[in-house]
Amino acid sequence: MFDESILKTGERAVFALRSLYRKYGYQPYKMSKFEEYDLYARNKDFLVSDSVITFTDTNGKLMALKPDVTLSIIKNYQDEPGCMQRVYYNENVYRISDSTHVYKEILQTGLECMGDLTAYDRMEVLRLAVESLKTISGDYVLEISHMGILSGLLSQAEAGQEFAERITTLIADKNAHEVPAVCEAYGVSADLAEKLVKFIGIYGQRDKVLSELEAICAGQEMAEALAELRDISAELDRWDGADRIRFDFSLVNDMRYYDGIVFQGYVEGIPDVILTGGQYDRLMKRMGRKSGAIGFALYLDLLESFLAEPERFDVDVILLCDEAAEPDALKDMVETYRKQGLSVSVQREVPKKLSCRQLVKFNNKGVEVLETND
Amino acid sequence: MKQMINVALPKGRLGERVYAMFEAAGYDCPSIKEKNRKLIFENEASGVRFFWVKPSDVAIYVERGAADIGVAGKDILEEYRPNVYELLDLKTGVCKMMVAAKKDFHDDHSKTLRVATKFVNIARNYYAGKSRDIDIIQLNGSIEIAPILGLSDVIVDIVETGSTLKENDLQVYEDIFPISARLIANKSSFQFKTEELEQLVASLKEQVEQQ
Repeated sequence: MFDESILKTGERAVFALRSLYRKYGYQPYKMSKFEEYDLYARNKDFLVSDSVITFTDTNGKLMALKPDVTLSIIKNYQDEPGCMQRVYYNENVYRISDSTHVYKEILQTGLECMGDLTAYDRMEVLRLAVESLKTISGDYVLEISHMGILSGLLSQAEAGQEFAERITTLIADKNAHEVPAVCEAYGVSADLAEKLVKFIGIYGQRDKVLSELEAICAGQEMAEALAELRDISAELDRWDGADRIRFDFSLVNDMRYYDGIVFQGYVEGIPDVILTGGQYDRLMKRMGRKSGAIGFALYLDLLESFLAEPERFDVDVILLCDEAAEPDALKDMVETYRKQGLSVSVQREVPKKLSCRQLVKFNNKGVEVLETND
Repeated sequence: MKQMINVALPKGRLGERVYAMFEAAGYDCPSIKEKNRKLIFENEASGVRFFWVKPSDVAIYVERGAADIGVAGKDILEEYRPNVYELLDLKTGVCKMMVAAKKDFHDDHSKTLRVATKFVNIARNYYAGKSRDIDIIQLNGSIEIAPILGLSDVIVDIVETGSTLKENDLQVYEDIFPISARLIANKSSFQFKTEELEQLVASLKEQVEQQ
C-alpha cells in the first residue's frame, strides 16, 4: 500500500467518487480520446463551447478530441426495455476557454443513468450529486430547476424563437430590469412581462419557491413540472442537509436537449459551477433512442486550482554530498531518513528551485545540519 | 455570522458616483476618501470591502470570484459576456452604444463596410444580425478620428452627449443599445452569501428609485 497523504485533492476526489458510484451499481466506462467529428457537428448546440479540436486521421476521416462525454455514451447505448444502464466515467475533455480563447484539458468525472426512468432513478441521481458535492466539501449548494416551467412560461408568449432566446438569457442572468423593454419590443403583453419579472425573483428555499410559483403557474406543461418539483421537494425534505438543496430557475439548459429537471452544484471557495447535470430525454430521442436519461458531471480540475493548499516544501531533506561519499554509507543514510517517513533528495549542489525542510551535509562519518526551514 | 462582501468598483467618475450610492445605502467605508494610493478599503462594521479596478476589468474580477459583486457598464457586459448575474440597473453612467459616421455618409450596401471600434464583439454581433459584411478596425482610443481620416466608413462607440461627434462633424447614424451601470454578482458567491447580497441589492434599489 502507499501513503494516501501524497494524493492531491483532485486525485483523492476521483477515488472517493469512484467508490461511491460503484456502491450504487454504476459500471466504469472508458472511452477513446477521439471521436468522429460528425457526432459533434450533428449536436453542436449540446456542447458547452462551439470549438472542437479536429484532425484528419490516417483514413482521411475528420476526427475530434472529445469535448464532451455524454454524446459518446449515448452513441454506444442500446435501448433495453425494463433495464437500466448505469455508468460512470473519469475522462479528460477538451474545450476552448471563453476568456483566453485557448484550448484547455478539463478533467471530468460523472455518471449517466439510462433506461425507462422512474421517480426512484431521478432521486438516486440527485442523491449521488449531493453525495459527490459532500465528498468535496461540507459547504455546498445544489440548485434544481425544471425546464418544463420555463418552456411553459415562454409558450404563453407566442412571440417566436428570438424572443424566447432573449428572455432566456435575461432569466439566466437574473436580469429582471430589462424584461419589460424586451417584452414591449416583441409585442408581448405587460401582464406576461410582469409574470416574467416575478419569475426571475423566485429562487431559494424550496417551500417558498413552490408557493410563489403556484401564483404564476398556467397551462398543462407548467402544472406537470410544478407537480414533479413538489414530489421531489417532499422527498428531499427527508434528507440530511436538505436546506442546501434549493430551487433556482436562472439555471437554464438548452430546451432542445433537456426537458425534465436540471441541476447545478457549487462549493464554497470555488467561484465556478463544479457540478452540472440534468435529464436529457430529448437528446436521447434526437439520437434515435427511446429511453430516457439523466446524469451529471463534475469539473475536478477546479479543485486543484482553488481548494488545494500549496505544498510548502518540495522535499523534506536535501542531502548534500561530494564525490568522496561512499555509496553504501550514503544509501544507509537515505534509508534512515526514509524510515522516519521523510522524503530525501541527494544532491551535489543545492538546486535553486527545490525547497526543503532541512538542508543536510553528508560526509562519511555522519551528517551536519546546515539549514532548517520549518 | 455576517460575511464580508467584496465589491469591485470601476476607477474614475462612474465609480465615485456608484460609491456614493453604496454609502447612502448604508455600505460606507470612510477610509476610501482618504487621499492615498491604497487600492483596497474595508469596513468591517458595514461588512464590505471595496477595491478600485480598471472599468473593463470589473467583469473579470467578478466572474472569477475575486469580487462577489461589482459595477460594470452594459457596454462591458455586452462586449465580454461574462458568466455573472446582472442584478440591478443602477441607472447612472447613462449613455448609448451607437453607429456614427460623417454627416454626408451614405451606406453603400454593395461594398464591405469598414467599422472602427473599441468594441469588436459588439460591432461584429450587431452587423452579423443584419447579415452585413464588415471589416473591423480595432482601435484603442480617439475612435472619432477614423472616419475623418478615411480609415473607416463608420464607428461603433459610446456616445454620451454627442458633443465630441458634433465638434468633429460626425453624427449618430444608428442606435445599438442603451447603456448604464449594472450591479453584477458572481454566481457562486450568490449561493453562499445570498442573504447579504439580497439585502445589499434591496438597499441599492431604494437609492436608484430615489435618484
